[in-house]
Amino acid sequence: MTRALGAGLGFKPEFAEDALAARDPGLWFEVHPENYLVAGGPRLALLEALRSTHPLSLHGVSASLGGAAPPDADHLRRLAALVDRVAPALVSEHLAWSRAGGAYAPDLLPVPRTTEALRRVVANVSRLQDALRRPVAIENPSHYLRLDHAWGEVDFLHELVRRSGCGLLVDVNNVFVSASNLGLDAAAWIDAIDGDAVMEIHVAGHRPDADPSTGLLIDSHDAPVVAPVWALLERLTARIGPRPTLLERDGHLPPFAELIAERGRAQSVLAAAPRLALEVTA
Amino acid sequence: MTLVEFQTAFWRDLWAEADDRAPPEGPAAQPGFAVYRNTVLKGCAEALVSLYPAVHRLVGDDWMRAVALDAARAAPPAGGDLQHYGAHFPAFLDQALAGGDWPWLGEVARLDRLWSECHVAADAPVLDLHTIAALDPGRLATARLVPHPAARWRWCADWPAFSLWQAARTAAADPNPPCWHGQGALLTRPAGAVLGLAIDSADCALLEACAAGQTLGEALDAVQARHACFDPGASLGRLLQQGAFAALTEMPS
Repeated sequence: MTRALGAGLGFKPEFAEDALAARDPGLWFEVHPENYLVAGGPRLALLEALRSTHPLSLHGVSASLGGAAPPDADHLRRLAALVDRVAPALVSEHLAWSRAGGAYAPDLLPVPRTTEALRRVVANVSRLQDALRRPVAIENPSHYLRLDHAWGEVDFLHELVRRSGCGLLVDVNNVFVSASNLGLDAAAWIDAIDGDAVMEIHVAGHRPDADPSTGLLIDSHDAPVVAPVWALLERLTARIGPRPTLLERDGHLPPFAELIAERGRAQSVLAAAPRLALEVTA
Repeated sequence: MTLVEFQTAFWRDLWAEADDRAPPEGPAAQPGFAVYRNTVLKGCAEALVSLYPAVHRLVGDDWMRAVALDAARAAPPAGGDLQHYGAHFPAFLDQALAGGDWPWLGEVARLDRLWSECHVAADAPVLDLHTIAALDPGRLATARLVPHPAARWRWCADWPAFSLWQAARTAAADPNPPCWHGQGALLTRPAGAVLGLAIDSADCALLEACAAGQTLGEALDAVQARHACFDPGASLGRLLQQGAFAALTEMPS
């Protein structure tokens, strides 16, 4: 069966029953594969059930593609086994790092965009894609620091796509948060990104830093999507056409019906976008 | 600055305690650095809090979060699959509580850990009583019982760890164990959910002997020799009923 991927929703076990029963056209679910790198048991059984009712996306958070070291070989092997097992419609990861010296930091740490880093990221993304035997979409993370970059983010991503053959996952909330934190122009970022490379889009909520003196926005995924982020999604899809678009929500989970209603707004944005490009199908 | 140099400095500052940090320079001097530090430490601590719910319930939120932060700094996760994180936490608790009022808390933590292991272990069919009952006693004695891949057990000689753990996991109105003596625990997953059962030292010894590859006859004899009150039929029935075994293998005749 071929199903067009419309707007998806980050899956949470808390609403498993509602998710399995949901029949909204175009609905799909995204999970962090790390939570399912297990030998068996009810958690894996739930993922198997979900894949039988909806297209799935595996959105990795720990491959550490921006790391100076290659991705952990054991992690790649287990991830490849999960990909083989659940046959996801989409697989994605981040332009970030999280591992050093055999340890893991549960966050998406920033990469200084130098030519040396570009070569490293290209090599790491290639290893990931070779291990999974498929292209992967790479996401722009949220930025909180001013680093010594030799490359602009969009140029760096385009060169990564050109050299590795990967796709892009454009997180428009991260673009908004980063632009606000670093004093950049979010709309210019959105207008510059190469539509042909975009495989997936994310929208999410954010909040101001608990310490107001920093003036930072935090990519917290614990609130509804704000109007300027919806506007960025409309701006992007009006130019490049619809793409599978995920509503991410990790904290302060509202009732499932509320999430589905918010996801419905993303579906409407996609429906209004011009059909310029091939749809990704599962 | 090379990528390795950048990441080495970033990593050091990420895990540093507030009072042993070098005067901040580079990225660590910017307000945004705290966003990463807070996310990383909170992520590790929350993983430990959620993986050790019985300990959390017993010690309360503030103490648990404080000790989880110390434990995370002492031993960060090895990978992003955080459901496997925290194997060091029971021993960390033992050390943190040495000489204190709750010497059994580390044992409660070990049962939380076994629950997590049981929850994500490989699936396998359960060996049932009928299969065993259909075998003639001679064949049964020379067969080996293979523990189920999800079965976990532990004998605690000094404290009623299972009762303390179960009362905390179920938020029992009366958290006091019925008797204050040694107690074993068996955790199994015969059909989806993890089940817990209090078992005795002979049950634990029988499981150990089976896991070591002894035939059932050898295993029962060995347990009998060291546990005077051992009732082989009752023990075996209890373990089978709970789904502790996956298969029975017979030597080729």
